[in-house]
Amino acid sequence: MFDSFLALLKRDLLLALRRRSDIFTVLFFFIIVVSIFPLGISFEKAVLQKIAPGVVWVAALLASTLALERIFANDYADGTLEQMLLTPQPLSVLVFAKTLAHWLLTGLPLVLIAPLAGLQYHLSASTIGTLMLVLLIGTPILSMIGAIGAALTLGLRGGGILVSLLVLPLYIPVLVYGSGAIEAAMQGDVSLQPYYLLLLAFLLLALVFTPLATAASLRISVE
Amino acid sequence: MAINWFKYSSPSSFYPLAGKMIPVFMTLAIVLIMGGLYWGFFETPDVLSDQKQYYRIIYVHVASAWMAMWLYVVMVAWAVLGLIFNTRMSYMMASATAITGAIMTALSLWTGAFWGQTSWGTWWDWDPRMTSQLILLFLYIGYIALQSAIEDNRRSDRASAVLAMVGLAIVPVIYYSINCPDPNECASLHQESSLKRVESNILIAMLVVTAGFWMYCFAVILMRVRNIILQRESHTQWVERLEVKK
Repeated sequence: MFDSFLALLKRDLLLALRRRSDIFTVLFFFIIVVSIFPLGISFEKAVLQKIAPGVVWVAALLASTLALERIFANDYADGTLEQMLLTPQPLSVLVFAKTLAHWLLTGLPLVLIAPLAGLQYHLSASTIGTLMLVLLIGTPILSMIGAIGAALTLGLRGGGILVSLLVLPLYIPVLVYGSGAIEAAMQGDVSLQPYYLLLLAFLLLALVFTPLATAASLRISVE
Repeated sequence: MAINWFKYSSPSSFYPLAGKMIPVFMTLAIVLIMGGLYWGFFETPDVLSDQKQYYRIIYVHVASAWMAMWLYVVMVAWAVLGLIFNTRMSYMMASATAITGAIMTALSLWTGAFWGQTSWGTWWDWDPRMTSQLILLFLYIGYIALQSAIEDNRRSDRASAVLAMVGLAIVPVIYYSINCPDPNECASLHQESSLKRVESNILIAMLVVTAGFWMYCFAVILMRVRNIILQRESHTQWVERLEVKK
């Protein structure tokens, strides 16, 4: 079971590395969205610092939903997904491998590029540290909840826009506490621990339940 | 006596039953809503705490807001029944409930905007209750959008059922996160329910109107489900015979 998990993870990463542009489109989408906000709002330092947590998180949310379609679409198109459904391995484990690969390719790059966004918005070094940490905890949750949406809308016309309609409302808790933590870090005198604990609790819940829900959705969509 | 629980899970036997129930629920709805509104408009004080006549929108606003929440649970219950027993009727009930629920949510937001404008001087505020109602509307819309995007009925029923269940699982978390965006000072942010402080006449009128809203929703959902049955079962013989009778 663990072997198949690793094999699938390796395969997905390898496939993505052979076609690197997919990774970079998500990354650049994030950077562009983050860079466009100051042009539309203001270049003032105080304003930028005020909007930074929300802007970075909303950009991450959008980038994540944008990339969701890709989790299963290619495998569905060439029939690999059907074979996965037929294997004796538990589908939720395979789904989890695919989701993890997807996060490594689309979520992790966002975490690594986040300091750049922090500099654009004049955040202090410690705030940037918090920013990276909450993104590190939060983006896997986005990928896992999003995978359910991607599985449900598999192969539908206009699936990309539909999936954002379905999953964006479900992302709200991560958005609220993710940006809340950054705001608290900027104030300096507030304890950050509750934010981390809540986000980690969401992460654990998502780890337990979303692979099952995604597997059930895939079975419905592919049957 | 053995009860056949599944007798009415077939569209052909539920269709006439729904037809018989609709007038009953509709009559009850009209009586209860008219009665409740009469009581609420003419037998209650003109002032509620510091609000004048305009507080009377409460009868529509609170009733529709409650319906919006309850109907989501009803919808998920039907969806779960469908997933467990694989009965087509349950899915049809779920999708009929979704639309009424979305309308009730929109109604509560709309009446709330009017009430807010008169009492707070603003159409919209990012108050926790308003925000969670707005997100409830988004969840309904997602459900309806997913259902109408999938052409195959069987897949659309089951996919939207899973979505509704996931939505219900996350709703408490969303609600909590909106109510308490700063976990460091959560206790002070919780709003208390103000029902106990309201005068009993107003409360009674409100509850009667709410019961009327329930009946109205039952009636409308059954009407809608009859339409869905006819659409989906249009190829069957019993629907054809229905045509002939008329």
